[in-house]
Amino acid sequence: MKKVIVIGNGMVGYKFCEKLHKADQNSRFSISVYGEEHLPAYDRVHLSEYFTKQSADSLLLASKEWYEEKNIELITGTMVTRIDRENKKIVTHKGTEAHYDILVLATGSVPFVPTISGTDKKGVFVYRTIEDLENIIQFGKEVKSAAVLGGGLLGLEAAKAAFDMGLETHVIEFASRLIPRQLDANGARVLQHELEKLGLTIHLNKSTREISGNGRLDALTFTDNSKLDVDMLIISCGIRPRDELAQKSGLKTGERGGVIVNDLMQTSDPHIFAIGEVALHNNMIYGLVAPGYEMADVVVKQLAGEDKKEFNGFDMSTKLKLIGVEVASFGDALAESSPHRPIIWQDALSGIYKRINISEDGSQLLGGMLVGDAGDYNQLLQITKNNLTLPPNPEDLILGKRAETDAHEGISLPDNAQVCSCEDISKGDIVEAIKAGGLEKLEQVKAVTKACTGCGACTPMVKDIMNDCHKAMGKTVKQTICEHFSYTRQELLDIIKVKKIKSYDDLLNAYGKGDGCEVCKPVIASILASTWNELIVNQDTIQDTNDRFLANIQKGGSYSVVPRIPGGEITPDKLIVIGMVAKKYELYTKITGGQRIDLFGARVDQLPDIWEELINAGFESGHAYGKALRTVKSCVGSSWCRYGLHDSVSFAIRVEERYRGLRAPHKLKSAVSGCRRECAEAQSKDFGIIATEIGWNLYVCGNGGANPQHAVLLAGDLDDETCIKYIDRFLMLYIKTAEPLNRTATWLNKLPGGIDYLKDVVINDSLGIAKQLEQEMQFMIDTYKCEWKEVVNNPSLRARFKHFVNSEETDSNLHYEVVRDQKVPAAWG
Amino acid sequence: MTTLLNQYKTVKPEDVKTWFKAAKTSDFPVDGGACVLYNDLQVAVYNFNRRREWYASQNLCPHKKQMILSRGMIGSTGDEPKVACPFHKKTFSLKSGKNLNGDECDLATYPVKIENGYVYIGFAE
Ligand code: SRM
Ligand SMILES: Cc1cc2nc3c(=O)[nH]c(=O)nc-3n(C[C@H](O)[C@H](O)[C@H](O)COP(=O)(O)OP(=O)(O)OC[C@H]3O[C@@H](n4cnc5c(N)ncnc54)[C@H](O)[C@@H]3O)c2cc1C
Ligand code: SF4
Ligand code: FES
Repeated sequence: MKKVIVIGNGMVGYKFCEKLHKADQNSRFSISVYGEEHLPAYDRVHLSEYFTKQSADSLLLASKEWYEEKNIELITGTMVTRIDRENKKIVTHKGTEAHYDILVLATGSVPFVPTISGTDKKGVFVYRTIEDLENIIQFGKEVKSAAVLGGGLLGLEAAKAAFDMGLETHVIEFASRLIPRQLDANGARVLQHELEKLGLTIHLNKSTREISGNGRLDALTFTDNSKLDVDMLIISCGIRPRDELAQKSGLKTGERGGVIVNDLMQTSDPHIFAIGEVALHNNMIYGLVAPGYEMADVVVKQLAGEDKKEFNGFDMSTKLKLIGVEVASFGDALAESSPHRPIIWQDALSGIYKRINISEDGSQLLGGMLVGDAGDYNQLLQITKNNLTLPPNPEDLILGKRAETDAHEGISLPDNAQVCSCEDISKGDIVEAIKAGGLEKLEQVKAVTKACTGCGACTPMVKDIMNDCHKAMGKTVKQTICEHFSYTRQELLDIIKVKKIKSYDDLLNAYGKGDGCEVCKPVIASILASTWNELIVNQDTIQDTNDRFLANIQKGGSYSVVPRIPGGEITPDKLIVIGMVAKKYELYTKITGGQRIDLFGARVDQLPDIWEELINAGFESGHAYGKALRTVKSCVGSSWCRYGLHDSVSFAIRVEERYRGLRAPHKLKSAVSGCRRECAEAQSKDFGIIATEIGWNLYVCGNGGANPQHAVLLAGDLDDETCIKYIDRFLMLYIKTAEPLNRTATWLNKLPGGIDYLKDVVINDSLGIAKQLEQEMQFMIDTYKCEWKEVVNNPSLRARFKHFVNSEETDSNLHYEVVRDQKVPAAWG
Repeated sequence: MTTLLNQYKTVKPEDVKTWFKAAKTSDFPVDGGACVLYNDLQVAVYNFNRRREWYASQNLCPHKKQMILSRGMIGSTGDEPKVACPFHKKTFSLKSGKNLNGDECDLATYPVKIENGYVYIGFAE
């Protein structure tokens, strides 16, 4: 067995391990990897997400167990300090030694810190590791302002992070424009303007002379003698390869840093390779992850004895993420030295600048840049990289909407076009995987090909390729719910209704196969509830945990309690009851975004007792745990408001009580506003009602959430009864025809014929089913029961609410901290 | 927290030294799980009635270290019986404990036997 040692457990070092392990079918190599950081390799590209997630776990490229499983020896927290080339040994700072047959340097780089006096002061940071970010977060809590030295890609990312921490943020750039390596003067100006609109302050043509302050920085002084008072500084002035180890052991390095390698990634010692940001290839350091992965691949192919592959440079196209303004550059973006014809499109009003560089003969796209709208990036990148022939009017490529007619560009790409540059996957690889494996879902394509798993920029393109591929194969992909049922939700609903099936097992025995799973069980539970309205806990093990315990599960495994407060109206007495109950059971209380009160942190065994007290005081379940009607928000309306046209509170309560407990493919939200000032935000709801001079306007299919969408007007100036009638029909139609977990907005977006069709069915009864829909809704209303009341009054149902079957003890792992005088769960493990 | 994880070690049928009498079979939900306390250990026991099979694993989900798996839905993928964690729906084989859709480590599993209407869980000490 040959011993391979990798120095550096960063992104590229890890990728090398993964690839070598995969290629090494006959276990000819034993791999050890040394990392100086304490964590195993993590995703540096998405480092800034640490600010929002604050969890290193989700950034890890692989867990420690992964290395164990693959028999790769992982030694973290250990720096390699010497290479003894003569004896083929490495030595670590702990004094341990290890022999190698093949050595791979993947030591990456460090941020370049210019020689300015004062860089050692407290409050000066770089932006490279999780540790750096932790320090920045800590320090940032106590200060008001931050400056970032360097207005390049990384500098702007750091600036946005500082800005999102609530700091007054300055960017200081030496050159006369931002991101000078990727953008021309006009593009940079548009970007600058957009960033200034966001609230960042940009200083150009500034060279810093001194970082001043007594131990801790308080100001920057520039060579033009101007001064900026600031509490924190993040230096982002480029990178320097970590070649110190290579230098010490006599490997050839470049004048400005980097370990010199040939096209096979060999250093001047043929037993030692260098890959990633430390490698200097053709006088070039590649500060991106994709070329690093390509280098890893070149070495792995050699070691595994596969077809020889050489590294021939790499495209440096990038898309900037996170700064709130889309920016991308591709190919030869500036085209400073090649003769070309630029085509430029600028829309100052919306902050968009696009430039493409066309070869002199007009046949080829050399590169370009996009600011403000990078939607065309993938397409343009593909054309550039694959030397595709340009259309007769190349300006169509960037001229807004006109380019959209080429939505199916995916399929006209050649098979060898690289689609995912992080993982080096071509269109052909994707098409082949789809055909060979009969892949039907994006998730499957991701899992099989690994496309989209890096930066994710290629996801839309992969989706298009997949759809086109399905079409070309003449395949209509049916939205069946999972491997156990080859039916759509709508078909299952019809079966359940026509065959009068009331239990999951009966349905599985007659129409399914296997033993069911966490996908089909809740879907069918929901259909059964929408059809028969029987108590859902009678079939508790097919419910999602929230429905099984009639409460929302929290971090740590406790649950929340949300009583219904129709229309958001509540008496002082009821408020007092909520307060007393919360106090007695030590629950965290919070006013929700839905005009009611959530009580958090109940143990599973406490739930029935808590609900018993609430029910005795006249409360009922709020169904916050179900894909069911949630809240009908109201504004105060004509009873108090000087503008109110009708009594929106009364109507909201009527609507909420009518549809309470109604289960649907996804949750349902509503609101009633007393006039068009719209204080209840009805137009962001699944169905929303707004008072007019003579009645109500009914809006449908809006939502907030991840993809906000405004509701559209279904019918205007309705009287109370007609409004209710239309809502009955609308809701029942949605319940019967939507796919699982599609909100009404998504449902409408997919509905052939759209809102006009919907109006036709609901208002004109074009399908002749209006009566039936109304009757079905009436059945749901007549059979409504408060689930919690049923449980509280039923000893055998109540008995299910405990943590252990064999003990009355409670879970000893529930831990809380106190924040602002209330408890909150301890952080995830 | 890792120490919590380390408490759970798979017990093979041949290594069982103690059969712990946990509770009556009728105390366990049909086609679902419930949690058994054994000394300091929380063990999830699954009554896979549809297949007439019983399984036991650690109650601790390795993903975010939550004591929760007994409240997960059970089911199958192909022929493999599995449980899905209620928190983020990571799924694990009930037979081998293997993680079926993620990088977190596998579950420790324990032998189960049914005698005279009682559920027994096998431990190695
Ligand atoms: C408690 C509350 C936040 C708050 O403190 O204000 C809340 C809490 C949760 N929301 Fe929400 N949402 C709350 C109002 C909202 C709102 C605002 C509103 O209703 O006016 C929205 C946007 C409006 C909308 O839905 O259109 C909202 C959009 C979501 C979404 C995204 C839905 C979407 O279509 O994209 C989810 C995820 C989902 O449902 O799949 C979600 C899911 C959740 C879950 C259930 C996540 C989960 O599964 O654990 C949270 C449960 C916390 C808990 O343990 O109780 N929550 N959530 C609010 C409860 C309102 C209530 O009284 O029932
Ligand atoms: C905030 C941020 C955003 C970025 N965004 C993007 C992006 O959008 N797109 C993109 O392509 N790239 C991006 N990058 C760059 C990308 O992260 C790097 O190109 C990539 O991480 C390089 O991988 P590497 O393995 O060569 O180096 P690294 O990931 O730095 O890994 C090197 C590792 O080796 C260790 N090491 C060094 N010397 C020793 C030693 N002697 N002994 C033991 N261990 C040692 C180091 O501690 C380090 O963990 C970004 C970088 C940052 C910091
Ligand atoms: S937005 Fe809603 S789902 Fe997200 S953290 Fe807040 S409450 Fe939870
Ligand atoms: S805690 Fe179990 S899947 Fe996340």
